[in-house]
Amino acid sequence: MFLKSRKSTVAAIGLAVLLASGFAAMQAFADDDEHEGRERGEWSEHGERGEREGGEGMRFNASNPTWQTECSACHMAYPPGLLPASSWREMMNTLGDHFGTDASLDEATVAEILPFLEQNAAPERRVESTPDGKPVLRITETTWFKRQHDEISPAVWKRDAIKSASNCMACHTAADKGDFNEDNIRIAR
Amino acid sequence: MSYYKQPLAVLIFASLVSVLPAHAETPQEILGGFEQQAKAESPDFQGFDVARGELFFNNTHGNDWSCASCHTRNPADPGKHAKTDKPIEPMAPSANAERFTDPKKVAKWFKRNCGDVLDRECTSLEKGDVLTYLLSIK
Repeated sequence: MFLKSRKSTVAAIGLAVLLASGFAAMQAFADDDEHEGRERGEWSEHGERGEREGGEGMRFNASNPTWQTECSACHMAYPPGLLPASSWREMMNTLGDHFGTDASLDEATVAEILPFLEQNAAPERRVESTPDGKPVLRITETTWFKRQHDEISPAVWKRDAIKSASNCMACHTAADKGDFNEDNIRIAR
Repeated sequence: MSYYKQPLAVLIFASLVSVLPAHAETPQEILGGFEQQAKAESPDFQGFDVARGELFFNNTHGNDWSCASCHTRNPADPGKHAKTDKPIEPMAPSANAERFTDPKKVAKWFKRNCGDVLDRECTSLEKGDVLTYLLSIK
């Protein structure tokens, strides 16, 4: 009995330490945020200039519970910073036919998610449109994405473990946490 | 607690209750809702049917996908999204107690998935048949 309660005390202390360190990590992220939205700023710098690609800045911290729940129901919740606001607006207006699938949401839920996407979107100077003048909806069709992945051969994309370029998690192992750092890339075999 | 503070406590309690998740229901209650709608939609409604629900679940309806394409032919098993491979928890309430307990969620997914499988919304009869089938799985 005594041993048991000691064990649980140790567990409780361990948990407290874990929680405290988690909190410290969150604080660190929050600090990052204050430096002018580091995740967006650095990402766009890398994308534009092509220097130190996939480095420390490839991290997207913005989160919102409704976005997380709804946008991760069928696939990973793609970070808002991967597309400009015009693309997200078009996306949220066409959820009834979302790349061939019905992903419709009620108006109240759209009204919760869209502002979050707009506020954390890629800079508007990245606006790209398809030949028919519509905003690009596929992240994989942006020139930024293509440049970042130009060393990946078509055969690699077709591997069973990857299937599609939209499957970030196949290689960016922490993509669902917004982390696209090079350190966490393992090209799926 | 002194007497004069009680109204404040009541107010705080009421506001806490109001932010709790709304409308938690049981699959049986949700089925009851479909039954009421089905009666209203068709005067000769004869009740839901397990076998009809199973056929509806496993068959395609003019498109590539059936319900089973993502949810598998055994709804007690986990499924995966036919396009993205994302894992899907089992559909049968016996295997997944969260299923059919949130009417908003039920409405959202029937609307979407019937759109994908049938290019239209499902009737209350179809929804009730499917839920009756899913509830029959032990």
